[in-house]
Amino acid sequence: MKVTEPNTSTVMPETSPPSLKLWQHNHILDLDNFTKDEIELVFETSNAMKEVLKREIKKVPTLRGKTLATLFCEPSTRTRASFELAAKNLSADVINLDAIKSSVIKGESLIDTLRTLQAMGADIIVIRHSQSGAPYLAARHLNVSIINAGDGWHAHPTQALLDLYTIHHHLGQLNGLKVVIIGDIMHSRVAHSNIWGMSIMGAEVILCAPASLLPYGLNDFITNCHLPPITVEPKLDIALKGADAIMPLRLQKERQQTNLLPSLREYIQLYQLNQERLSLAKSHALVLHPGPVNEGIEIAPEVAYGAQSVIEEQVTNGLAIRMALLYLIVGGKR
Amino acid sequence: MPKKVLMTAEDIRRILARIAHEIIEKNRGARYLVLVGMRTRGVPLAKRLAVLIRNLEGIEVPVGALDISLYRDDFSSLESKPVVQRTDIPTDITDKQVILIDDVLYTGRSIRAAMDALVDLGRPKSIQLAVVIDRGHRELPIRADYVGKNVPSSRSEEIQVCVEEIDGNDKVTISTKLGGS
Repeated sequence: MKVTEPNTSTVMPETSPPSLKLWQHNHILDLDNFTKDEIELVFETSNAMKEVLKREIKKVPTLRGKTLATLFCEPSTRTRASFELAAKNLSADVINLDAIKSSVIKGESLIDTLRTLQAMGADIIVIRHSQSGAPYLAARHLNVSIINAGDGWHAHPTQALLDLYTIHHHLGQLNGLKVVIIGDIMHSRVAHSNIWGMSIMGAEVILCAPASLLPYGLNDFITNCHLPPITVEPKLDIALKGADAIMPLRLQKERQQTNLLPSLREYIQLYQLNQERLSLAKSHALVLHPGPVNEGIEIAPEVAYGAQSVIEEQVTNGLAIRMALLYLIVGGKR
Repeated sequence: MPKKVLMTAEDIRRILARIAHEIIEKNRGARYLVLVGMRTRGVPLAKRLAVLIRNLEGIEVPVGALDISLYRDDFSSLESKPVVQRTDIPTDITDKQVILIDDVLYTGRSIRAAMDALVDLGRPKSIQLAVVIDRGHRELPIRADYVGKNVPSSRSEEIQVCVEEIDGNDKVTISTKLGGS
């Protein structure tokens, strides 16, 4: 919590609350350029948004007259619905463009599609694209705010923020926690953004996966980055010891080449998070999953729906996080 | 720029005592009251009024905190946006007599935003407004029900209410803005 600094409490148009001097982002592309203070500001703003979500009338007039456009060039259930609802709760108007039904299939380029949305008056464009870097391209060519809702293997910053927020909410802080990410880390943009976010917040990240599912160049990354230690532990039973939060990932079959795993059955035997393995972690350990869940593969049903699972809460928190981000990037002259 | 002290801690104490009496008198007791302080400095003032009312009437009046950032009418034109803080009102305000509490009443725009925020939370029987300082220059047809002190001021002046809980001491000061206008 920030307490108002002394002497800035001048009564302008009645009490002016502390202002957002530390927020510098026009776009949300990944978490690598976020500071700890900025992430904490997102948390604080999300707390206020969570209160709005508990009301009978879950709508505030903040973004009246603003337009949010979503362009999803890949399937999505929760992320798109979450952005749409977040915008509507803040009274913004929403246009959803489904790439499969739009001019994209007639050969229109991504930039042209986005320029059309800009010309229609969109203030924020939320993009999901199968190509890593597509939102960066958009941010360079357009004058609207771009939010990355997942680009290829690269990043999914809003999902990572909601994961961080959920852990922070339950355990009070992230600094010094041990977070284990299990499975298809190579193809998981959620894992990549989480590695940045967790590390910035001071958590220790342990990646647990067979070598074939770890990203290329991971060792160079670990040795060259000046973040808290990121370790690789291929044995799940060892990785889970003393864990505060555990995140099993879905095997992204749509992005994998064949032959990354000898067999699914072996993967389940070695890497599935089940109740017995969960008991190796701390007793308060949280189980997170970015969804969609493939029950019985990366996670056993009794764990996915068990007492330590916060998977459903992640979805609610995602709404609050996205409302907070929309509030933070829209409006205000910069 | 030198600051002139308009009110001391003693003055503020007496004003709150008087306003507590006026609130009870006007609402015939305290049974249906809810005190809602506007962030930031209205919140400690509301808590103090609740203590005063309890001492007079023997009733614990619920106290809430209201943040109006999401309801401001100048959202798009602000140089930098306010940090949104949590609105926290511990009780249903429907059919209650809600006393909105702020330190300074000026243009009235914050109060307009606060009223919009309150009606989103329920349908109070009435909304009344208590302020420590009314400095004039209203831009909307809004007035206070309970006023500590009317301070005719120029727009180029700054009036600052300090409360012990946030600023370390209680006082009201007036000064001329740097650069004037």
